[in-house]
Amino acid sequence: MDDRPGNDDLATLRAPVDAAELASLHRRLERAAQADGLLDVAYRVLDSPVGDLLLAATPGGLVRIAFANEGHDEVLESLASTLSPRILHAPGRLDVAACELDEYFERRRQVFDLDLDRSLSKGFRALVQRRLPEIAYGRTRTYGEVAEIVGNPRAVRAVGSACATNPLPIVVPCHRVVRADGSLGGYIGGLDAKARLLELEAA
Amino acid sequence: MKQPFEAVVEHHATTVLRVCRSMLAVDDADDAWSETFLAALRAYPDLPEQANVEAWLVTIARRKAIDVHRAAHRDPLPVAELPETPTELGLPGVDDTGFREIVLELPERQRQVVTYRYGAGMSYSEIAAVLGGSVDATRRAAADARKNLRKAPSGVSRQEDEHG
Repeated sequence: MDDRPGNDDLATLRAPVDAAELASLHRRLERAAQADGLLDVAYRVLDSPVGDLLLAATPGGLVRIAFANEGHDEVLESLASTLSPRILHAPGRLDVAACELDEYFERRRQVFDLDLDRSLSKGFRALVQRRLPEIAYGRTRTYGEVAEIVGNPRAVRAVGSACATNPLPIVVPCHRVVRADGSLGGYIGGLDAKARLLELEAA
Repeated sequence: MKQPFEAVVEHHATTVLRVCRSMLAVDDADDAWSETFLAALRAYPDLPEQANVEAWLVTIARRKAIDVHRAAHRDPLPVAELPETPTELGLPGVDDTGFREIVLELPERQRQVVTYRYGAGMSYSEIAAVLGGSVDATRRAAADARKNLRKAPSGVSRQEDEHG
């Protein structure tokens, strides 16, 4: 039998392409890309109490967490230009991260145990972000105290911008850094999200 | 600025599948589709930004369809242009057998929720819409599943900290 579609098969060709079929082809592409080392950035969206979170990972680990207010499409475009355009929706690589975040939001996890790819941060900002996990769950530090922790007590504003540009919020807990007067300061995911995370940890 | 490759797949998946199906039987067309996007993904960083992405993909798809046809059949598919060297077919899977085995032992509902949430990357409300039941019930099933997975010797979660 000839496998090529003849006139009888025209109906098949005209038939709309089934979404489930495309989804299955997509999963096959994810597996093939991973196996061939072509999946430079894998991502998924995770629904959470602080809104939809974009999770992105390189082979080196989790590289970016983005809140909805950052614009997930914009964040992916920015990852395409700074890291690699070889980006696919491929949830498999984010299984462990998604699971740990779910546990965190259920108050079943206080410390994250994830491989992190910190390549999006450089210099002083990277140094500050690396030290932030030292602030324990449920605690807060002021921007000034963090400046002291990193050995540069006058760099309060620079600590502020290190927190504001943290590519891995929640997992790298910049939400635990607040102003000396007790007010929240800023947050990449919006002040509501910051308040919500601190509330969750205080309970 | 270059789009993430996912956007390319999203915009052109159907067109490429139609091209493949116009040249091949359905199963072979699936192979050609996969080969096309894998090749495109490989070459994508070098694609000029001004390039016509659809024309580029259709060109790759035609070549891959010829390759797939040649791999599956002795008889040549008549075409206007000469084919490139055939690709090596076959898509080795990712080794996630350990995880799958543990998941298989979960109660059905929990297994489905875990598969949809961590295998397919779906939200609780999307899962609830597919499986029926409330979003809260779906969330609880996922929590129960994670609890069971943590008890397993090499569960999805690498940390043993249920006291949090």
